[in-house]
Amino acid sequence: MKLLEYQGKELFKNYGINVPNSYLAKNIEEAKQGSHRIGFPFVLKSQLTVGGRGKAGAILKCNNEKELVEKFEELINKEVKGEKPKTILLEEMADIKREFYLSLFLNRTKRCYSIIASSQGGIEIESVNNKVIIDLPDVNGISSELASEVADKMNLNNSEKNTFIDLIQKLSKLIYEKEAELAEINPLAILDGEKFVALDAKVIIDDNALFRHDDLKKYEELSELESQAKNNGFSFVELDGDIAIIGNGAGLVMSTLDMVNDAGGKAGAFLDFGGRATTESIYQALKVISKVDKIRVILVNLFGGIVRTDLVAQAILNAYNDNTIKVPVFARITGAESEKAQELLKNSKARLFNTVEEAINATVKY
Amino acid sequence: MSIKFDIFKILIGDETDRDYKNKPVIIQGMTGSFGSTHTKLMKDYGTNIVAGVTPGKGGQSFEDIPIFNTVAEAVESKSAQISGIFVPAPFFLSAAKEAIDNGIKLLVAVPEHVPIIDSIKILEYAEKRGARMIGPNTPGVIVPEIMKVGIMPAKPFTQGSTVVFSRSGTLMYEVSYTLSNAGYGQKFCLGIGGDPINGTNLIEAFDLIKEREDIESIVVVGEIGGDAEEKLADYIISTTFSKPVVAYVAGRAAPKEKKMGHAGAIVYGNYGSAESKVSNYSKANVPVAKRPGEVPELLKSKLKK
Repeated sequence: MKLLEYQGKELFKNYGINVPNSYLAKNIEEAKQGSHRIGFPFVLKSQLTVGGRGKAGAILKCNNEKELVEKFEELINKEVKGEKPKTILLEEMADIKREFYLSLFLNRTKRCYSIIASSQGGIEIESVNNKVIIDLPDVNGISSELASEVADKMNLNNSEKNTFIDLIQKLSKLIYEKEAELAEINPLAILDGEKFVALDAKVIIDDNALFRHDDLKKYEELSELESQAKNNGFSFVELDGDIAIIGNGAGLVMSTLDMVNDAGGKAGAFLDFGGRATTESIYQALKVISKVDKIRVILVNLFGGIVRTDLVAQAILNAYNDNTIKVPVFARITGAESEKAQELLKNSKARLFNTVEEAINATVKY
Repeated sequence: MSIKFDIFKILIGDETDRDYKNKPVIIQGMTGSFGSTHTKLMKDYGTNIVAGVTPGKGGQSFEDIPIFNTVAEAVESKSAQISGIFVPAPFFLSAAKEAIDNGIKLLVAVPEHVPIIDSIKILEYAEKRGARMIGPNTPGVIVPEIMKVGIMPAKPFTQGSTVVFSRSGTLMYEVSYTLSNAGYGQKFCLGIGGDPINGTNLIEAFDLIKEREDIESIVVVGEIGGDAEEKLADYIISTTFSKPVVAYVAGRAAPKEKKMGHAGAIVYGNYGSAESKVSNYSKANVPVAKRPGEVPELLKSKLKK
């Protein structure tokens, strides 16, 4: 779960990391209220999970109320990389003396947490040469020795250095306690008076750990379809096209997506109902897909073996019978009882195939 | 870090062992619906399941397999070194720790949705005690026609001399099935797991089998996310790995920054992208199939050379 900037900053604040004064607004009335609290000039920051907001013009300076009305309207309606904001953050201007980069993240390759710090902040870390990367030896936090090893390389005076060490330890506490995959501050700025302030916040929480973090659940923003899918234990991703792809296993569904794409089709939904394929789970998967209006045809790719194919066919039939689905279903089903499955679906809009290639061809041509 | 760990010795043993091809296995979480379904399927396949563990259900039995409250009791009589873990994700950390504390050397961690920190903790714990974890979120391991620990169906797998390592469960079945149909049976198949953190990663999996002469070729089924394939390509180059390797990578058409079902299947920028994996594989002279069905052809031409 990727937190929005203001959510990440709320967490930072709870851990004693300085953030600028700000006000969150859903509409222009709230924004006007906020402007009285913060005072012009300030910045308007669109609350989006996608990166590159600055370049996309989703962060704007605002000098007076006239500008506020115009720019708020502009930002709240502005889509960046397919995402539209629900809120805009009003944030006080920062008088930046120096900028740094600091992050702690899950290092998949090394299977540990690592820290990256640089005395060049405010730009994408990938393009920075001068950076320190240190792997953390265990999951018990970061020692002050290790933190000072990092701080030593940041060109800081003594008092700044101590603040920086403290900051690293606060951030690592946050990472471990909240089970984040990433906590990034970029830029981390020194303002007037040697104070370090987090001007941005990028935090990703481990979805699988959410069950033991009730305080973070409020940040989970699922669409109705996503939450329906989640409640059933499915993985669901909405895409641009008009073909829904359903299967048992993430890899298999991804692979089907690739093959549909190669055959000239465009997937509109990805749904993995997991290893436990039952009549009920397949029916529920079709139910989720039925809510996606743009879907013209459903492709089911099921690797059988443990599930009986006639039970799959029964699920499809049930979904037609109670009008849950109206569009054709093309399914590749291998395994036991496939003749029985064919027989069940004989008079429906569903067709069964023995190979995935045949099922994809029929789907794309439809 | 790479302790000499002979997975075949643990899974099937030596010909001189009295329990050759009949090594004892325990199942943690055997009484749940998932655990019980697959315990029966594993037993039918030939796996010697000697005990189940479910706290609070000690004294009961399932399919004539005794159930105990603790791992200590379960391993007592038969000294099992293998555990198939089927407990729900929130209980994984304590179950895995208990297994390692009681002499289990190979943990097959089936549960999906294990918190990352718990996986890292178990990884550290296992490493210090000479144990190895496969998974979490793995379909398990299978030595075709001899035994399996996990949730894979039996049908796709036949005995032979190739090996399949897969980051995806169903694709492991799919690819093994196409291989079996084309006459390429498998010596061994291992699911790496779909999580960002794997107890046994691709390089370690290669290390497990690199010296075995009865293994002719390796098929690697990968997917987008992380850099396991890139690192494997580096490893193949730097160790001048000599056995033929063929790969498949799922997720070429997946959008960026979206989790595609598996917790680990996500692309950030170019990191984790299919293009990056394919281009690194090509540097290591590993052909990459466009679809699962193409794997046998690629393997055939690779074996000819």
